[in-house]
Amino acid sequence: MKSYLEIFKNGLWKENAVFVLALGLCPALAVTTSASDGFGMGIALIFVLSMSVLILSLCRNFISDKVRVPFFMAVIAGFTTITDMSMKAYLPALAKSLGLYVPLIVVNCIPLGRTEVYATKNGPMQSLIDGLGMGAGFTIALTVIGGIRELLGNGTLFKIPVLAAIPSFKPAVMMIMPAGGFIVMGILMGIYAWYNKRASNSGVAEAFGLQDEELVPPEIPDEITHASVAEKN
Amino acid sequence: MEFMAKILTIMLSAILINNFVLTRFLGLCSFVGVSKKVEPSIGLGLAVVFVMGLSSLICSVIYNYILVPLHLEYLKIIVFIIVIASYVQLVEIYTRKMVPSLYKALGVYLVLITTNCAVLYVVLYNVQEGYDVLTGTIYGIAGGIGFALAIVVLSHIRERLELSDVPEALQGMPITFIVTGLMAIAFTGFSGLIK
Repeated sequence: MKSYLEIFKNGLWKENAVFVLALGLCPALAVTTSASDGFGMGIALIFVLSMSVLILSLCRNFISDKVRVPFFMAVIAGFTTITDMSMKAYLPALAKSLGLYVPLIVVNCIPLGRTEVYATKNGPMQSLIDGLGMGAGFTIALTVIGGIRELLGNGTLFKIPVLAAIPSFKPAVMMIMPAGGFIVMGILMGIYAWYNKRASNSGVAEAFGLQDEELVPPEIPDEITHASVAEKN
Repeated sequence: MEFMAKILTIMLSAILINNFVLTRFLGLCSFVGVSKKVEPSIGLGLAVVFVMGLSSLICSVIYNYILVPLHLEYLKIIVFIIVIASYVQLVEIYTRKMVPSLYKALGVYLVLITTNCAVLYVVLYNVQEGYDVLTGTIYGIAGGIGFALAIVVLSHIRERLELSDVPEALQGMPITFIVTGLMAIAFTGFSGLIK
């Protein structure tokens, strides 16, 4: 039985949804022209993800396998509609800049993937923690990508001028354009892989009391790992 | 004539200028997942054109003639996702029995496409822009062609990339994103095409 903290950390860093599992990439690039938009998207996803996994792990014993996926979709779509409508009502500015990417949370691989892989096999509390961890990892990833693109492309960070305060600064507009999103994403993924590899080779692993394999991004898809974890439990 | 010009503008814009993958980041999961080899990429591209066109048609009809008269617009996300998932399943069953050759070419990808965000995006976009059924369908097909174009081009590049010496940390996913970024820069060259 994993402790709650471990489950949370797993989603936050080791199996970071964006950088390691490469899930939920569409919003990760589309809405990250500024740090605050990325953060807002992350919060919306945390809500949908944690509510859906909570509800679905409570229902996991009553649902026949054959209608499983449509049922998941319906629940996730319900929470997405709630998020979409309340965001339009209370945060119209954010809703406008996120646009159609809020309803697209329905087809984001993260909620469906976590319900399918995790919530169907674990209790509500673990599923909720897993959802929160995954969502937090996603939010951090989006905020970082958004921050880098906003800083280089606009000279601001959370709409506060940082680099733009320097008179000779010229913004690299390409970073805010779609191409910049792809390139920042590629470079960050590379850095992530490089850091984890280096950390596991040097003494960092022992210093933090971690096993080597905990630091290396898993090569195998997480279904396999989670299935084996569930069997052991 | 004016109508033709409008249609042509919509198609050009969806295929080249606002390419679904390269400027709107849609369908990235299958875009980076399947583009390792050329042949599967062509299969997936064709399947996406087919599914996006048909989804736009079906969902526009449902939205305009069922949801709007009943004032149920707020249910659109749930209705669209269920409609898309179920008709894709039906198409899969039908092609497997009746057109095995088509099934062989598209089959594996058809079901995958249900969770491709490009499909849901296009139907929601049609609603948001208030396109009628015909315009919406054409927009869907054009968006699919844009996706197919991008994935086929990327798969050719990635086949070449296999032979080149990529730094260890960038191998696999990271270099694919950087290459896609460069493709996106190239595609910004089309942006002056339509005023």
